[in-house]
Amino acid sequence: MSRGEQTRLWALGLLALAFMFGAPEVLQLFTIINLTTAIALALLALSLGLIWGHGGILCFGQTAFFGLGAYTYAVWAQNFGETTGGVIAAIAVGAGFAAALGYFIFYGRVSDVYLGAITLVVTLVFFNLIRRTSGPEYKIGDALLGGFNGTSAPPLSLPWDSSAVLFPNQVFYVAMGALILCYFGCVWLTRTHFGRVCAAIRENETRAELLGYDARLHKLGLFAVGGGLAGLAGVLMANGVGRVTPDLFNLGYAAQAIIWVIVGGRGTLIGPILAAFGLFYLTAWLGQQGTLDLNMVLGIVLILFVLLLPRGVVPAAMSLAQTRLGRTRSLKRSRRNAHRNGRRSPGRQRPSFEPAE
Amino acid sequence: MVEVETGARRSRQRPRRAEAVVETRGLTMRFGGVTANENVDFRLEAGELRCLIGPNGAGKSTFFKCLTGQLTPSEGTVTIRDLDVTGADPHEIAGLGVGIKTQVPNVFDGLSVQESVWLAARRAHGAARAERLTADTIERVRLGDIRTRVVGSLAHGQRQWVELGMVMASEPWLVLLDEPAAGMTDEETVFTADLIRELNRTTSMIVVEHDMNFIRAIAARVTVFHRGAVLMEGTMDEISADATVRDVYLGHKH
Repeated sequence: MSRGEQTRLWALGLLALAFMFGAPEVLQLFTIINLTTAIALALLALSLGLIWGHGGILCFGQTAFFGLGAYTYAVWAQNFGETTGGVIAAIAVGAGFAAALGYFIFYGRVSDVYLGAITLVVTLVFFNLIRRTSGPEYKIGDALLGGFNGTSAPPLSLPWDSSAVLFPNQVFYVAMGALILCYFGCVWLTRTHFGRVCAAIRENETRAELLGYDARLHKLGLFAVGGGLAGLAGVLMANGVGRVTPDLFNLGYAAQAIIWVIVGGRGTLIGPILAAFGLFYLTAWLGQQGTLDLNMVLGIVLILFVLLLPRGVVPAAMSLAQTRLGRTRSLKRSRRNAHRNGRRSPGRQRPSFEPAE
Repeated sequence: MVEVETGARRSRQRPRRAEAVVETRGLTMRFGGVTANENVDFRLEAGELRCLIGPNGAGKSTFFKCLTGQLTPSEGTVTIRDLDVTGADPHEIAGLGVGIKTQVPNVFDGLSVQESVWLAARRAHGAARAERLTADTIERVRLGDIRTRVVGSLAHGQRQWVELGMVMASEPWLVLLDEPAAGMTDEETVFTADLIRELNRTTSMIVVEHDMNFIRAIAARVTVFHRGAVLMEGTMDEISADATVRDVYLGHKH
C-alpha cells in the first residue's frame, strides 16, 4: 500500500467517524431516520461494488440477498423477540443463498451475460412470490408475511438485554458503524491474497486458471461475501423503514444498485457508497418537487454517465487530481532544473517523470 | 495393468531413456465431424526442449490445449509424471507445477506488471519468497523500468514477456508455450530465445512455434504435426532435410 493511499484511508475513516458522532447532534430526528435508510442502500451498493467492481461478477439481482436478509431479520425478531440472532441469521441467509446460487452459476460455467439474467430473474421471482403471501396461512412461526403490505420489522435491541430497544438515533450509530466496518473490511479483503486473485480473475479468468488458481472457487467465495453484506444491508433497511415489503426484491432497487456502482465507479469501493447517498437524496428531493418522473431522471443519469463518464465519478476525480498534482510537481521540478541550468524559460521540456496512469 | 506392463517393457527395451514427464497415448480430439487430432502418441523426456511445428490446422494448438486442460480429449490419455490428467482442469494441471503460456497473450490488462508476476509467484510460495521471486523475475525479463505500468498499456512484445515472466515466477518444472515469439521483432525474438534456453536449464519444455529460425536458435528437437497426427520427429536438420515435411510446408503434391 502506498503512503498516499494510506493517508487517504485514514482521512476517510476519520471523516466517517466524525459524521457518525456529529450527525445526531446537529440533524433532526427525521433526517437521521432517513439517513439510516440511505446507509442501508449504501451498504447494498458496497456489496455490489465488491463483487462487480472488484470481482467482475455482474449480478443484476443483488436485491435477492438484500430482501432475504431483511425478511429473515423481521421474521426472527417477531418470533424470538430479540434481534442479535436475527442479524446473524440475516447475514448467514444472504451469504448462504448466494453460495448456493453461485455454486450452480460458477460451477455450471454460466457466462457473464446469463449470470446477470439469472440473478435478475431470481430476485423478481422472490418479489412475485412474497407479494402473494397476503393470507393468514402464510406465516413463519408467529410472523405473518403480509403479502404486498409486508411485515413489521422491530428495531434493534441490545444483545444482552432484548427489552432495551434502540432509539432511532442509536440505530443510526449502529448502521453507520456497520457501514464503516464493512467498508474497511472490504478494503482489507481486496488487499489479501484472495482479493488480489479475484481481481486477476476479473481481468483474465483463463490466465488466472493457468497460474493454478481455481476461478470458480474464488468467484463463489466473493459472491457469498457479497451476499452476506447485502443481507446485512437488508437488516439496516428493515430498521430504517420499520417494515419489510416485497419491494425490496423489486426491479427498482435492483436497477438502482447497478446505477450506483456505475455512477460511483467500478473498481473503487467508496464510489458506489457515495453514489448511493447522492442519488438517494437526489430522488428524495425530486420526489418533493413532484414535477419529474424519478425513473426517467435515473435513466438519464445512467445514460449520461455511460456516455460521458464511463469510469464513474470517483476514478475520474482521482485521475484528475493526480494529473493536476503531477503537473504542478513536474512544473516545479522543471523550473528548478531550469534555474540550476541557468536557463530563462523551462519551455516544454519534460522531466524524467512517468505520468500517472 | 496393461499400461504398466507396456511402460515396463519400454524401459527394458530402451534402458538409457530418461523418465517421461509428458506422455499421450492414442489422443484423439473431435469437434463434431472434424477430427483435429487423431491417435497421437507423444512422449517428452525430463529436461527435453521439444518444438511442435506444422502447417495451419495441423492440430498443434488443439494438442496443446489437451495438454493444458483447456480441452478434454475425445479419446486417449494424457499423463504428466505418471499422473493421469486426462480431463483435468487447467488450474489443476498448473497446480502440479506446470507453467503455461497460451497463443493469444493472456495477461491481466488492468493490473500492473509487478502485480501480475506476484500473482504467479505467490500461488506456489509464501509471501516473503514471492516478493523476492517477483523482483528477480522482473529483472530477468528486463521489465524493471516499467514494473508499475498497467499491462494493458504495454507494447506487444512486452506483454509477451510479462506472460513469460509469469510462467517463470511460478518456478515450474514443466513449461508449455504456444507461439512465444509470435508477432515479435527480430531483436525481441532473440531475447525470447535466450529466455527460453535459460528456462530449459531447470525445466522440461514443449514449445509450439512457426518460426524455423527461432526453433534453430533454441536448438530443439522437433515434432511435426500434419492433419492432426504426428508426421515425424527428429532434430531440426533431419526435419528440414525430409522431403515429406517440405512437401507439407510448401504444399507440393505427388
